Amino acid sequence: MSKLGDIKDWVLRANHALTTYYNAPYRAAIARAKRDEDDLFMLLVFSEMMGIPNPASWYTLELQPLLLERFHDWHVRMGMEKSPFDHISCC
Amino acid sequence: MNAIVLAVFGLAVMFTGFFVYSRFVAGKILKLDPDFKTPAHTMTDGVDYVPTNKFVLWGHHFTSVAGAAPIVGPAIAVIWGWLPALLWVSLGTVFFAGVHDMGAVWASVRNKAKSMGALSGDVVGKRARSLFMIVIFLVLLMVNAVFGVVIANLLINNAGSVVPVWGAIAVAMVIGQAIYRFKWNLPLVSLVGVIVLYTLIWIGPQVPVALPETAFGLSDRALWILLLFAYAAVASLLPVWMLLQPRDYINGLQLFVGLGLLYVAVFVAGPTVVAPMINSDVPAGTPSLFPLLFVTIACGAISGFHGIVASGTTSKQLNKEPDARLVGYGGALGEGTLALAAIIAASAGFATFEEWKEVYSSFGGGGLKAFVDGGGTILHAGTGISPEVSATMLTVMAALFAGTTMDTGLRLQRYIFQEWGEIYNISWMKKAAPATLLSVGACLALAFGAGGADGGGGLLIWPLFGTTNQLMAGLTLLVVAVMLVRRKTNALVVIAPMAFILVIGLLALAIQIYDFFGQQKWFLCGLAVVVLVAGVLVALECIAALRKEQHEVAASN
Repeated sequence: MSKLGDIKDWVLRANHALTTYYNAPYRAAIARAKRDEDDLFMLLVFSEMMGIPNPASWYTLELQPLLLERFHDWHVRMGMEKSPFDHISCC
Repeated sequence: MNAIVLAVFGLAVMFTGFFVYSRFVAGKILKLDPDFKTPAHTMTDGVDYVPTNKFVLWGHHFTSVAGAAPIVGPAIAVIWGWLPALLWVSLGTVFFAGVHDMGAVWASVRNKAKSMGALSGDVVGKRARSLFMIVIFLVLLMVNAVFGVVIANLLINNAGSVVPVWGAIAVAMVIGQAIYRFKWNLPLVSLVGVIVLYTLIWIGPQVPVALPETAFGLSDRALWILLLFAYAAVASLLPVWMLLQPRDYINGLQLFVGLGLLYVAVFVAGPTVVAPMINSDVPAGTPSLFPLLFVTIACGAISGFHGIVASGTTSKQLNKEPDARLVGYGGALGEGTLALAAIIAASAGFATFEEWKEVYSSFGGGGLKAFVDGGGTILHAGTGISPEVSATMLTVMAALFAGTTMDTGLRLQRYIFQEWGEIYNISWMKKAAPATLLSVGACLALAFGAGGADGGGGLLIWPLFGTTNQLMAGLTLLVVAVMLVRRKTNALVVIAPMAFILVIGLLALAIQIYDFFGQQKWFLCGLAVVVLVAGVLVALECIAALRKEQHEVAASN
């Protein structure tokens, strides 16, 4: 490999090492924070169906099919063993 | 005598320990197996469990365990002369800290990378787990109180450091936004961040900031302590990516730069050691060298806090089991070199013995002030950086370490209070803000309770903090020992340090209780009694658990 290639390779590796060093200790904390945000978002999307008025429900309704995959994990995490809705029978 | 001799001796002992003793412990006692599949591989999830390059992991372990404590402890302990501190740091790193850290990583890796608290429950028993939690709580309480006082002292001692110390927080927040929101290139952001930080350090001495000596009926030290806790409370409530993560990162970079510069300066300048080898004329009120030296220097010789890091994030990312040697033992060795640098700065950074004696005029009088003043002089002589900027650089390094420990400590303490809220069903305590207030209140009560109305005597709890920290190390060593006994391996290399720190810790506590009682310092006396009760329980648990294991092994034979 040419000298320039060597330097490029070295810079890439240094970048990777530094990025790992920056992220590694906090990956879990950030993933947890992201999950909390996502959970709140799920609540917003499904709020109307649970009797909480939501002025944006016209738009959030469209999102429901996209979030179905995550629905089961979410309701379990929220302390509801079975799906709270009759029409979504994930379990 | 030339300080280079101290540096060479300390480094030679520690590196021999790494190349010879750690190889023996890793190969013959722990029997680290390159074919063993670590949790980073068996449980890979891209979040917690990620196989990581061993050098990166070493950097992370080293910078997570090395903070202000391995500077404060040795710098205080130089009051007894440089030789006892030097011997305890070098030999402690080789036979105690290195084995402890490597053992903790190994124990956790062999048990699905569980944390040391959970492990003490699984391996030893429920009682050990409860004890572990109590000791952790005590350590967190003391570390926050002590570091609040330490940073306040630093800011008063060096008014030029106020701008860079607080400016570093702004730099960290900008880095956090740049990385997390704008996804900028990390090496570039780091470079700019470091340049801005060092520019602030250069500007700092030209714009010194000092609080009025008294305001609202409080001294400047008390005001700084209150301000620092207010900051730590807010910081501990922010999302980690915003401040804690970039701050921790800057600290890591600073540690490598600062430590490197300090050693270069020692070897270039070759300063003369002015502190006595053994100080036979210690100031009145100084406790006896034996056993207090061994608890005054906890971090830098052996510290239980490392066990939390080793079993928290390090073990989940270990690529191969033999990497535990470089990461665990090597991480402890890194901290040993920081403690060694602190000893050299505090014993060779003064022009004359009289000047040294003036700084060490009372127990706890040395500490970080001696490290900053002495280290600043050495840096100036070795690198040509002006004395003010040198001292500011070291002040910022120490204050940032202590500050990050405060953020993290307060956050962890809040989690404990919130967990208690869950367990005992106290609804207000489950919320973040009241739990943080409770944590801050407890720490402030300790800082002012122990240190008087202006918090000035807060450093008196330093040896108590060291003892508690070592009790935690004792529990970690117990977990490793029980696992080894179960495997029918000779566990002497683990049991001997465990027995040593427990006996010394209990002895030191008894002496401190006697002293505090005599001086009618009731608050400190009460605190020492609480730690003593925890210590006796830890010692009994160690004896009971090991005897039970040995009986079971004998029965199975």
